[in-house]
Amino acid sequence: MIFEVFRQERRGQAFAHAGSIDAPDLEFAEAWAREQYGRRQESEALWVVPREAVREVHDFPDELSKTYHRVDGYSLKAKLKEARERAQTAESAGALSADG
Amino acid sequence: MDARTQEFVEYVQGGGQVETGDWMPDEYRAKLIKFIEMHGNSELMGVLPEREWILRAPTLQRKLALTAKVQDEVGHSQLIYRVVEDLGKPRSQCLQDLVDGRSKFHNVFHYPTKTWGDVGVIAWLVDAAAIISQKALLKCSYAPYARIMKKICWEESFHILHGRDVILTLMNGKDEQRALVQEAVDRWWGPLMTFHGTAIPADEDPMVFWRIKSQGNEEARQQFLDGYVPQIWELGLTVPDQELRKNDDGVWEYSEPDWDELKRVVTGHGPMTAERLEFRRRFLEQEAWVREVVLTEAA
Amino acid sequence: MSRRAEQLLEIADDELILGWRDSEWTGIAPTLEEDVAFSSIAQNEIGHARALYELASRDLGTTADALAFDRSPEEYRSAPLVELRRLDWARTIARHWLYETADELRLSELKSSDDAELAGLAAKMDREEVYHRMHAQMWADRLRGDERFEAALDELWPYALGVLAPEQRPAFADRVGREQVDAVERGEHSDELRELWNEMTMVRRSIPGATW
Repeated sequence: MIFEVFRQERRGQAFAHAGSIDAPDLEFAEAWAREQYGRRQESEALWVVPREAVREVHDFPDELSKTYHRVDGYSLKAKLKEARERAQTAESAGALSADG
Repeated sequence: MDARTQEFVEYVQGGGQVETGDWMPDEYRAKLIKFIEMHGNSELMGVLPEREWILRAPTLQRKLALTAKVQDEVGHSQLIYRVVEDLGKPRSQCLQDLVDGRSKFHNVFHYPTKTWGDVGVIAWLVDAAAIISQKALLKCSYAPYARIMKKICWEESFHILHGRDVILTLMNGKDEQRALVQEAVDRWWGPLMTFHGTAIPADEDPMVFWRIKSQGNEEARQQFLDGYVPQIWELGLTVPDQELRKNDDGVWEYSEPDWDELKRVVTGHGPMTAERLEFRRRFLEQEAWVREVVLTEAA
Repeated sequence: MSRRAEQLLEIADDELILGWRDSEWTGIAPTLEEDVAFSSIAQNEIGHARALYELASRDLGTTADALAFDRSPEEYRSAPLVELRRLDWARTIARHWLYETADELRLSELKSSDDAELAGLAAKMDREEVYHRMHAQMWADRLRGDERFEAALDELWPYALGVLAPEQRPAFADRVGREQVDAVERGEHSDELRELWNEMTMVRRSIPGATW
């Protein structure tokens, strides 16, 4: 039975996939993963998960440019310029770099 | 070549990476299995030349370091055979093919280890040659293989330090110890020069075509010579090749390695091939009951 | 030799010789995953031996390596259990499980010793032994009832009793659910230890006085 092993390198970091273990049950998988992925103190913690429990999800379509929930969906430069002109602050110090 | 395969080739040649579940041409899958399986076999058989010296290590520190190094190699074979298994060939089949002589393992592991000097030379120079090949695999088009190579390369760098430490201690020791090192370098030089294979041009190498490998054989050998011959010389050791020199253009010149011997060795006729395969078979068979009876999932 | 040095050497020699035996599985264990795990256990045992030798070496005016390698086979104080060469998995696990169970009893006594140095080291060793015991128990549970394993336990039980002092044996028998029998005591060494010693010290003896 295959178990996937995820490894956290330092406290606070995300767990990343490290590899897999062929073991008869979770107890053996845990004991074996401890040595294969942690014997040099290279891991803070491990997640040991039966492969069947991992569902891989693919394909995230965006055919119609739903850019409103991404940062590249916002172009503020021209609008900011116009707003500054109306407020007559176009030349004021420090304002030039404030752009999206 | 059909259009889908053509597109795949362009993708991998352009640096694209492939995951286990992706569609791939049968030929690519077959090439991957063959290449990666031989790597797994080599890690596992690479244990045997050093394993017997685990029992003879002359200090507690050396004992621990050598055991840990050999342990790493077994761990590498575990990681590598898992990749092969996910490509479709079960580990049990890989091991059976190995002990039956149906698959190959690296030429350098068919030779005897005669002295403690060999232990140092293997960890220092053989592992150095291996790390050059393995670092090039970090860019392999098959992503699961490239990923495990990170852990493997990380661990190999400790092996080289262990090897250098053994060698430096011997070279700073008594004349008999220094002689052990020189004698070991002399014996291992031939296998080291054939380590990276014949100088087949990269554009004719099918492994390069599929971007399984990204480095040509001669390129790897030159990198090895450039990195390690100066380190050998600076210790007052010699290399048993009168022709060996670095030309003005930076390319190393050397006597033609014995390619016939390489061919004999990798086809299963090396000095230790039969004995080592028999030894591995003995334990594979002796402990088969543990896998079959005890470690089945239903147990 | 002080009673303290004797006691340290007894445990250190057990750990050294068992570690040496267990390290022989590196590369040929029943599965690759277990190979890695069992090699770590072998390394830990040798590491414990080293720490114990270091403590003893200060009393005896020598070094850990000299204690580990430069005595004659007759001078080792190891128990016959760890000297046996048993390169098959059923016996290896039977010995591992019996030894770890005995060692837990021995360590728990050392941890409460008045000797602060010894108690401190025992506590450190025990931190690693916890995982050895889990590993041994996991395998023993799997193998329980298998005739090879049960035969190995029967064979090794008198040897296992010899690891502990007589006053600790009733608790040990209780722990493993067996009747006390005549123990194979420390003192006499087998040819198997002499063979192991020959191999273990081979490189070191080859060039006397060398640094390795």
